[in-house]
Amino acid sequence: MRPVRVVEGRAVPLGRNDVDTDQIIPSEWLKRVERTGFGRGLFSEWRDDPDFVLNRPEFAGATILLGAERFGTGSSREHAVWALLDYGFAAVVASSFGDIFANNAAKQGLVIVRLEPGALAELVALVVAEPARHVVIDVERLLVEVPDAGWHHAFDLDPMTRERLLQGWDDIGLSLRHEAEITAYESRHAGETPVARLAAR
Amino acid sequence: MAGRTLYDKLFDEHVVATPVGEPTLLYIDLHLVHEVTSPQAFDGLRLNGRRVRRPDRTLATADHNVPTDPPSVPVADPVSRRQLEVLEENCAEFGVTLYPRGDANQGIVHVIGPELGVSQPGMTIVCGDSHTSTHGALGALAFGIGTSEVEHVLATQTLPQQRARTMAVTVEGRLAPGVSAKDLVLEIIGRLGTGGGAGHVIEYRGEAIRALSMEGRMTVCNMSIEAGARAGLIAVDETTIEYLRGRPGVPEGAAFDEAAARWRTYVSDDDAIFDVEVVIDASALSPRVTWGTNPAQVVPLDGVVPSPEDAGSPEERDAIERALAYMGLTPGTPLREVGVDVVFIGSCTNSRLEDLRAAAAVAQGRSVAVGVRALVVPGSHRVKAAAEAEGLDRVFAAAGFEWREPGCSMCLGMNPDQLKPGQRCASTSNRNFEGRQGRGGRTHLVSPAVAAATAIAGRFAAPAEVAP
Repeated sequence: MRPVRVVEGRAVPLGRNDVDTDQIIPSEWLKRVERTGFGRGLFSEWRDDPDFVLNRPEFAGATILLGAERFGTGSSREHAVWALLDYGFAAVVASSFGDIFANNAAKQGLVIVRLEPGALAELVALVVAEPARHVVIDVERLLVEVPDAGWHHAFDLDPMTRERLLQGWDDIGLSLRHEAEITAYESRHAGETPVARLAAR
Repeated sequence: MAGRTLYDKLFDEHVVATPVGEPTLLYIDLHLVHEVTSPQAFDGLRLNGRRVRRPDRTLATADHNVPTDPPSVPVADPVSRRQLEVLEENCAEFGVTLYPRGDANQGIVHVIGPELGVSQPGMTIVCGDSHTSTHGALGALAFGIGTSEVEHVLATQTLPQQRARTMAVTVEGRLAPGVSAKDLVLEIIGRLGTGGGAGHVIEYRGEAIRALSMEGRMTVCNMSIEAGARAGLIAVDETTIEYLRGRPGVPEGAAFDEAAARWRTYVSDDDAIFDVEVVIDASALSPRVTWGTNPAQVVPLDGVVPSPEDAGSPEERDAIERALAYMGLTPGTPLREVGVDVVFIGSCTNSRLEDLRAAAAVAQGRSVAVGVRALVVPGSHRVKAAAEAEGLDRVFAAAGFEWREPGCSMCLGMNPDQLKPGQRCASTSNRNFEGRQGRGGRTHLVSPAVAAATAIAGRFAAPAEVAP
């Protein structure tokens, strides 16, 4: 994973609650065996509507997506995160997220920013008033900023997720530092597993 | 000191390492794999020169993409076919046991784990699928993961995990006849909302839960994620032990008794304290139907389509308006007056033998309404064989239901079983999201008995209404 210290650029307000991962990337896209090329499928059913916010020219090239309550609920498909990244988003700001989605995002370096609804509404209002506004998400200082409006708000990120983003650490590598403990655990729990029992029948 | 919850016991038993300032490293006992969320994970292993650490703790099946035609019919969609082939190639290369399309043990991953006896009490179980919560019905800590985590478990047999908060959902009293586990879990989701369980592991308890069969318990735990909870749990009791006895993955004789004695310890202590407690009265419950585009948008079958006027906030009003428009419904319409085009009985929520029996009991001697397409998709080949041994396939066929081959099918429409735009479906699956069963399709979640009655009536109906 590449390190992420700051995300900046235009933000686009999606303005819907309960955006589930089936909406982010419909299941017809899940048949692919590659990890790339999912951007075309992002919100594909909604993008058929010419008035859908992502189709509006003033939000073209946005790097920050503004959600609402419970963004990324439902299916565990990491394809939702791949689609957002592939489309060009580097961060999603919302007041709450689906647990599995947030977890997948952390593994892929998509920055997840939780803002309480009042602060999120202020940010959305600033962006709606002036879509070209530059928005900055600073992972190091844990701040969302709209410099030209003098607006900023702090956000929380668990220290490990923040550190992993800043360093670009790979989780598997981190866990394999505990190889000896994994092996010790396995030797304490040795014996035939149910899968082995089944396969032997 | 207060006692420990079942969740705490399961978590504590699987701790491999507790690095300072980092999440706990948890051991994973069983990793279930399917074709959709695994190809990129296997690619990652190859890229980094890693192997599957414990093929004997990994089990794969093909379920999401498989057509529900007989296995002799080739997979028409080349992209689906390729994904199924890639699963076979990966399992062969990495030494993972696979039940491919047509295999006697093949089926929906959350149906075959319990029925083969590989999902067992006290285990940690993961799968790249959010309905992995199903296996919590056996007193196992089971949750869905993304593809990066699939790769992580393949490579290390562990996952870094923060301890979740605990929620007790206590269901007092007994469900009335004709009210099923599906109606109960829809009610629970309606109460908690789509985010009410976020950050929590839910333990379902109380008289009504104890009275459920294992299959009913799996239906309840299956939909925990629809309330935002990654995992649902039910404590082990004699129903659990008797369900497991004799299953292929389970030891026999004295070894079974030894295992059962250990399994019986997977209960919350009497004095355990939960972070959140919710109490529900089962006796007041009636059959439920979802009307909107998330599973918390649910009403009694006896009820009417809600109005934006009922909303508690502008956001909720907007959500109701959006859902009504997508679903093509008018506020105040009785659900019983809403007609359907398609009925789907299947999915990891409701495709087990008991579900098919409940639907067949309603279908027996009756006919699917003219103009309605009704599909029955058993959860696995074992379920299919058991149902056929009882003659359920003939009951369904005589009533005009299609009896198909096992798989996820129309739950998410990755195979050819899909709704057409604007079609309305009564479905025993778990998600009524926009486009879930096919682009533009309109899904209403119901129990198997209500689905069968609805197929016969051509509109939402309770079994008693279609009695001969």
